[in-house]
Amino acid sequence: MALWRGRTKGAARDAAAPTVTDESAPATSAMLDVQDLKIHFPTDDGLVKAVDGISFTLDRGKTLGIVGESGSGKSVTSLGIMGLHHGTNAQVSGKIWLDGEELIAASAARVRELRGDKVAMIFQDPLSSLHPYYTVGYQIAEAYLIHNKVGKKAAKQHAVDMLNRVGIPNPQTRVDDYPHQFSGGMRQRAMIAMSLSCNPELLIADEPTTALDVTVQAQILDLMADLQQEFGSAVIIITHDLGVVAELADDILVMYAGRMAEYGTSEDIFDRPAHPYAWGLLGSMPRMDRARSERLIPIPGTPPSLINVPSGCPFHPRCAYAANTNGKSFNEVPPLRAVGPGHLAACHLSTDEQRRIWGELLAAQLSAADSDQQREDA
Amino acid sequence: MTTPVTEPAEVPAPASDTLLTVSGLTKHFPVNRGIIFRRRVGLVRSVDDVSFDVARGETLGIVGESGCGKTTTARMLTRLIEPTAGQIIFDGRDITHLRAGAMRPLRREVQMIFQDPYSSLNPRHTVGSIVSAPFRLQKVKTEKGTKKSVQELLELVGLNPEHYNRYPHEFSGGQRQRIGIARTLALRPKLIVADEPVSALDVSIQAQVVNLLDDLQSELGLTYVIIAHDLSVIRHVANRVAVMYLGNLVELASREDLYKRPRHPYTVALLSAVPLPEPAKRTAEGGRERRERVRLVGDVPSPLNPPPACRFHTRCWKAQEVCRTEPPPLRELAPGHQVACHFPENTPAA
Repeated sequence: MALWRGRTKGAARDAAAPTVTDESAPATSAMLDVQDLKIHFPTDDGLVKAVDGISFTLDRGKTLGIVGESGSGKSVTSLGIMGLHHGTNAQVSGKIWLDGEELIAASAARVRELRGDKVAMIFQDPLSSLHPYYTVGYQIAEAYLIHNKVGKKAAKQHAVDMLNRVGIPNPQTRVDDYPHQFSGGMRQRAMIAMSLSCNPELLIADEPTTALDVTVQAQILDLMADLQQEFGSAVIIITHDLGVVAELADDILVMYAGRMAEYGTSEDIFDRPAHPYAWGLLGSMPRMDRARSERLIPIPGTPPSLINVPSGCPFHPRCAYAANTNGKSFNEVPPLRAVGPGHLAACHLSTDEQRRIWGELLAAQLSAADSDQQREDA
Repeated sequence: MTTPVTEPAEVPAPASDTLLTVSGLTKHFPVNRGIIFRRRVGLVRSVDDVSFDVARGETLGIVGESGCGKTTTARMLTRLIEPTAGQIIFDGRDITHLRAGAMRPLRREVQMIFQDPYSSLNPRHTVGSIVSAPFRLQKVKTEKGTKKSVQELLELVGLNPEHYNRYPHEFSGGQRQRIGIARTLALRPKLIVADEPVSALDVSIQAQVVNLLDDLQSELGLTYVIIAHDLSVIRHVANRVAVMYLGNLVELASREDLYKRPRHPYTVALLSAVPLPEPAKRTAEGGRERRERVRLVGDVPSPLNPPPACRFHTRCWKAQEVCRTEPPPLRELAPGHQVACHFPENTPAA
């Protein structure tokens, strides 16, 4: 595959140095396979279990959305896949296979080789993640120069091409501009150009549109979808905005307190969510696509501290249905189990009960919205 | 160009259900260069000739993208910055150019909720002293004593009154926003100007605060001007909605009208840009269908040098010659629905 160009050197070195993790091979042939990823941070106050047992797989050309509130471990997961916890005091365990190669046990040098080349990342705030001292063109060309045997001139030409690809007008001249000369939307485009410059197989976008206005957000989401089709990369999009994931994602992982609450296709999560936390998220958003209801249905309480995660189901203090589980929610961590084909949820409620409650909730929400609407029309 | 809604300042408005009337409100910030010889090199036209009124007990939502002047408008309403031109009439009084001393009694009646619950609370003050600050500054003696009143306020916004002696860092974002709301409510204001009150909060917490604002309004008969960039939040909270673009008011209508029949092309584009929480349909090949949407190209132009005439013409798909030469006036196209556009959408052919 074209994606493998210029990689012979690294591959040869890998063959020479036997990898440490041969005792288990990836369970699936997926391009990215994350198994039981745990990222813990020891602090003076205690162990922060930022990510506590996450597993998912992702195929080429597919998009996974990771949603959750702040502090649910979304970003820590993505940094973990990028290998950016190397050299910090984080305790990372589990397995991350990228194309059959295990990343957690891999050497820092090997991870650095992959980073920016096979795996790239788009950060949330384009202003603070672009270096103000270097031109945009230099920053885009940098990774291309490092990972490919090309001259400076060719790399700059590549930067111009990339800027053109992401829709920056006059790329020939803009390539020499500094980040402050770009607007917010253009900076995010430049970030995308930078991350795609080596044609990565896996692209991680951490809140790529949160800092942008809604019309610019629409442009960037379109651009990401177009580029994904063109490049065929796998994309992980991390966001708290359910609208954004609905737009892009094939699969969705809902995280709560560092754990997986629910995992399934976007149809699973939006049309037949099984976890009370997902119900809460869907109920608390004001919906533009439905009649306006008078009241939103918030999730009571606040997300827990990750040092002191509640016993049993981490969501039980905020869950309206915790009492329906014969006390299991309070002292037993719910295992992730299948509630449908490829649809997993970590909840003690039985599948039938989940279906019944969601059906009732949905009907109640729709009828409340309709009656509020009728009252308003009258 | 201004709409004829203004009453002469000193005459009490006959229809006293209007709490706030703003006409021709303008704020230009000069851009200066040079250290010894300061010279003006430009003018940022943040807010240009904005007029609207707010009835008692209603909620006016102001939406627009960053740099459209929504926050500047809010700060002028609360007189945190001095308007360049125009008039603000609050409760029958012209407050446009009141001096700080004369403004002070009015501060009891107009309060503000800020966007960032982290930077708008002093980290070295306890919750009690933050929420009681308005009493202290206004030298208000409450019947039951300040502490009791503060605890009642905390309870009103859904906080534990026993947290009186805690510091802001001990609270989460949503709780901090509640502290800010308790502070604004201390003096029982008539008008609350909320600048992005929920945008810094998580979805589930956002819903709590939106519901709280709703409850307080019906309980205390408050009038809100709520500024937000999130159109779905505005649809939820506002009775009437004003859409701003680059310092201009481009559309003002009741919520129902605006969301069902947006008339300004910018509003149409803004509404269609909102991503919906509904998975896009799958195509036969397993890909996703792209949603039909109006796509705006480019970014918002700089307010330092806004396009002439209709400021939206550079990004508008309906723009014609007249849009480049003649500014469209804000006209009432339907009862209560004002639009500043030469070629409005959703309008029966004239």
